Amino acid sequence: MALDDRKSEFTFVGTRPNRPDGLDKVTGRAKFGADMSAPGMLHGAILRSPHAHARIVKIDTSKAEAHKDVKAVVTRADFADVPFKPGLEGEFWNVLENVMAGEKALYDGHAVAAIAATSALAARDALKLIKVKYEVLPHVTDVDKAMASDAPVIREGAADYSVPEGMHPNVVRYHESGHGDVEAGFAEADLIIEDSFVTEATHQGYIEPHACLGMLGNDGKGELWCTTQGHWIAQKTCAALLGIETSQLRVTASEIGGGFGGKTTVFIEPVALALSRKANRPVKVVMTRSEVFRATGPTSSASMDIKIGMKKDGTISAAQGVFRLQGGAFPGAPGDMTAMCAFAPYNLTNVKQVGYDVMANRPKQAAYRAPGAPMGAFAVESVIDELCKKLELDPVDVRLKNAAYEGTKASYGPRYERIGLVETLEAAKAHPHYSAPLKPGQGRGISCGFWFNHGGETSVSLSLSEDGSAQLMVGTPDIGGSRASMALMAAEVLGIPYENIRVTIADTATLGYNDVSHGSRVTYASGLATIKAAKHAVEKLCERAAASWGIPTDAVKWENGCAVPSGPNAGDFDPRPLADITAHMGSTGGPISGHFEATPEGAGVSFGTHIVDAEVDPETGKTAITRYTVIQDAGKAIHPTYVEGQYQGGAAQGIGWALNEEYIYGEDGRLQNSIFLDYRIPVASDLPMIDTVIVEVPNPGHPFGVRGVGETGIVPPLAAIANAVSHAAGVRMRQLPMSPPRILAALKDNG
Amino acid sequence: MSKFHVSTTVNGDSVEYLCDPRETLLDCLRDKLNLTGAKEGCGTGDCGACSVSVDGRLVCSCLMLGVETDGKQIETVEGIADGDVLHPLQQKFIEHAALQCGICTPGILVAAKSLLEKNPNPTEEETRYWLAGNLCRCTGYDKIIRAVMETAEELREAS
Amino acid sequence: MVEVHLWSGLRSLTGGQQVVEVEAKTTGDLLRELVKLHPQLQAPIDAGVSIAIDGRVIASGLTEPIPVGSEIYLMQRLRGG
Repeated sequence: MALDDRKSEFTFVGTRPNRPDGLDKVTGRAKFGADMSAPGMLHGAILRSPHAHARIVKIDTSKAEAHKDVKAVVTRADFADVPFKPGLEGEFWNVLENVMAGEKALYDGHAVAAIAATSALAARDALKLIKVKYEVLPHVTDVDKAMASDAPVIREGAADYSVPEGMHPNVVRYHESGHGDVEAGFAEADLIIEDSFVTEATHQGYIEPHACLGMLGNDGKGELWCTTQGHWIAQKTCAALLGIETSQLRVTASEIGGGFGGKTTVFIEPVALALSRKANRPVKVVMTRSEVFRATGPTSSASMDIKIGMKKDGTISAAQGVFRLQGGAFPGAPGDMTAMCAFAPYNLTNVKQVGYDVMANRPKQAAYRAPGAPMGAFAVESVIDELCKKLELDPVDVRLKNAAYEGTKASYGPRYERIGLVETLEAAKAHPHYSAPLKPGQGRGISCGFWFNHGGETSVSLSLSEDGSAQLMVGTPDIGGSRASMALMAAEVLGIPYENIRVTIADTATLGYNDVSHGSRVTYASGLATIKAAKHAVEKLCERAAASWGIPTDAVKWENGCAVPSGPNAGDFDPRPLADITAHMGSTGGPISGHFEATPEGAGVSFGTHIVDAEVDPETGKTAITRYTVIQDAGKAIHPTYVEGQYQGGAAQGIGWALNEEYIYGEDGRLQNSIFLDYRIPVASDLPMIDTVIVEVPNPGHPFGVRGVGETGIVPPLAAIANAVSHAAGVRMRQLPMSPPRILAALKDNG
Repeated sequence: MSKFHVSTTVNGDSVEYLCDPRETLLDCLRDKLNLTGAKEGCGTGDCGACSVSVDGRLVCSCLMLGVETDGKQIETVEGIADGDVLHPLQQKFIEHAALQCGICTPGILVAAKSLLEKNPNPTEEETRYWLAGNLCRCTGYDKIIRAVMETAEELREAS
Repeated sequence: MVEVHLWSGLRSLTGGQQVVEVEAKTTGDLLRELVKLHPQLQAPIDAGVSIAIDGRVIASGLTEPIPVGSEIYLMQRLRGG
């Protein structure tokens, strides 16, 4: 993106209008995944393995098939292991194996068969008629145990090129990077701290369970309605798993009730389609909450070793980390991302990071908001905090002293472009929160956090109506108000009111391919595409005006929603407003639209700094968060209220991860807490107001300077809270979540 | 299993349906009456996305059976607005961006309305504890609490 | 010619080299040339890589121009949530 394309004065961008889908969402009329039905619709239900690891000896579906209410039963044999297209391999194969077990059930909750029946109750009842014979195998759910030499092997041959010889087959990927000489750096240090940290798996915890309605005929043509962060990836994956052509499956994204990374793949969608194909009727499948916990999403659990050396003046002389991430029974745990992000906030001469991707008998990990980054930040920022404490240095000053800035060589390799970490730290230092007095029993923690952000394949279309209003079609599902941001950016370019623009999340048949709403990419990439599509339409509007005036197109410019003659030879004409041009478009050349398709490659990385106060009750071990401030670089906030919402939501999820949330497995390898009563996400009475500071250091890769804001907000909280709790409790907390029993145990160990 | 005939009132309208004794009020609202505003987030009464009021009492409709509602007055999110005039809570939720994905919004609006009917002047703490049965994963509750308290203040000033 | 900096985990595939010089006008050229010089790099490239050109991270594009003398880093392909 050329800098001359950049804009810094705005009319609409930066204002806070009501979101376009507000009315639908407060009246109950918005249609989410489970809210759709179709004539003749059947209801699907899925049978799941009760074993953490078992060979599937035999599945007898005869009794279920004979039941009068049952219209279809499917098992793995009904999916396209050998499709007519190039065979399923790599991640497609992994997704198929996760959607419906093949030879082995790999975790508690792994799907083994499914039924479509005339009602939801009938489907649930009929599951009991399917008889599965299992041969139970030894299992492992802990990351360190899964790497040990005596661990049961989950799948031979799953490791890729990167894994050094001699590792257990459950270690499937290895990453190592860094620069300088860490040993030399440690030799220069005045103080070295080496410590180990553990985080448990957490779930994205979206309140809307996975839900879909599928229709597929034996002609290979299908329709799918589903709650997803990306309906094109759903289209591509379902088509591959069912052996049909991608374009023959039209997928429409419902309103989505939260995703946070967990709805970037498919689970029930191919099952609904397979059932529908067999029954020749539409099939709706809706997961229960327990199914959501047992069979979708969680993050990786992690075990990490950190060593950091610091000089007396606070300079970090060397840093190294080993990050072992467990990602369920499939490759994919983001050990590489954890390693690359962990030290990224700092300007380090000597740094080395190692990441492992380890398989265990748990559900396939899915992305969760800055996947991999929060765990690493927890470990690294805890050690930095301890160094500051021992050397009696201010934790913000130490971070400022070591902070990365434009031109710094990042821990993961290249030099940074313009970034805003220093600005967030300076804002933290100046914030009244940082200097406010603490009460007895309270502690204050801070932490920085980093995330890469993403661009991704993007396609946007904008068409103008005769009355001068505009329809904007984007392909990234709106998870948190992005339709408002898109309309603001289009209004800025077109110069027509925000309210005159209707934004629709287009289905897969209406627009070119769009990557998933992930990687904090929506406001960046769909926003960039919206700006470009609007500019494309403006070019055509200028052409029409030029033709009507009989002057060259380049003698017309677009200003405040009007074509105006520009330049010495343009002549003297009255400005023509957009609606004046569109009113005659049918007879002056036809409809006027703008399009943009590309993979924008300038997402720009993002940093934040969080300040948190915590109070620990020494009697019960319960922690209360008493004050919280999020400071993050947004590049340019298009709709500041929804940017604040992203910051607050990231912090709240981080608070849950730090204090309460964890997957608890029994000795039998079964998940022990698969409902919201036992897997407790933060409720309103757990949290304080969450203050926000939006720092704006424009991203050179976006015409308005936008950086993604969705993910970075969950990176600092784990460490910031651990630091606050450690100060409040007087003992370093090395394991998350810091639940009351763990805090009591730590207090007891500390005497 | 034979079905039961239920006559009840939903948002002021008389309705009838046949239901299996195992079906919840939430199932009946969504699948028989096509009132899909109330959502199923958990099915165990932990998330509050299915909140409705029955004879003036706030309940999780996933914890009440359809057959139990015979002769009762049920209010759902679809009945909060007065014709084309939004309830002040609805208006304030839009203005404050007190929703991101919006899946919890119907339940939170029903619960908040019930709070303000019982306590027109709730403190922040009272508001937070009243809404503690309604999970929101997107917002961190900040803007929700502000929207409810500001609505309460405006309603007090108006009365 | 541009210097391509690899992440250290790749040294086992390049006979210990962490910086490889190639002639490349685009990101696609660059990956092809890397494999020509070090065929074992095909595996990590197939698994997914991103390329940083003077600090700008190209997540997946193969047509991005590579200015003469730019600083190039090969990175593992980024993933988001």
